[in-house]
Amino acid sequence: MLRLTTGRVGCLLARRATAALTTSSTRMASKEVSESVDMSQPMYWDRVDIPLPDKPYKDVLTDADKSLKQKEKGPWGQLTKEEKIALYRLTFCKTYPEMKQQTAEWKTVIGGIFFFLGFTGIVIWWQSVYVYPPRPRTFDDEWKSQQLKRMLDMKINPIQGISAKWDYEKGQWK
Amino acid sequence: MSLPKPMMRGLLAKRLRFHLPIAFTLALTAAIAFKYTVTEPKKQAYADFYKQYDAIKDFNAMREAGVFESVQPTGK
Repeated sequence: MLRLTTGRVGCLLARRATAALTTSSTRMASKEVSESVDMSQPMYWDRVDIPLPDKPYKDVLTDADKSLKQKEKGPWGQLTKEEKIALYRLTFCKTYPEMKQQTAEWKTVIGGIFFFLGFTGIVIWWQSVYVYPPRPRTFDDEWKSQQLKRMLDMKINPIQGISAKWDYEKGQWK
Repeated sequence: MSLPKPMMRGLLAKRLRFHLPIAFTLALTAAIAFKYTVTEPKKQAYADFYKQYDAIKDFNAMREAGVFESVQPTGK
């Protein structure tokens, strides 16, 4: 939860991002330090499982906002619809439907999965060419058939196993 | 809003009263099924095999096939 991926802080750094994204030519060289969020202060989060974050979204209010907050202290029936929406947007950045919007992240995930599967395939092919020792002779068909014949001669597993399935009189599988 | 007070106690006991008999029955059924599908046929297979088993004949067959080191096939 303490990870701050760039996608997640969309609303958090919205106010600072506008300052951070100004072109470098308009900023002095000494100010090109990346803005970091002070995580010891209460933070605002847009999270589906935390409906009431630690602090409201906008805490520096303009005068118009302040007068609106004063009006909020009175009866709410006197607030117009636009004022109610403005008050909501003061406290919260995104609504629940906005938070739950589907992203196209799954495409990146699936693409990443396939990419790394492909890379693993390349690694495995390279290993089979440059790393593996020569094939043991016990894998040859001739060796394997001689091995099976010896197992049947020794009557391995004669009751329920392999020798039980071999017909000794006819010399073939049952 | 007068909601009825929810159940505060005895939740585990209630769950166990429901699930334990089922668990015991299923375990018992599994054991009985295993006994009659696996162990009984296996015992029968072994009994049938050894009813008609001639150890000397088996030994001679293996000897002729040449798998022993202590005895050679007859004829060598």
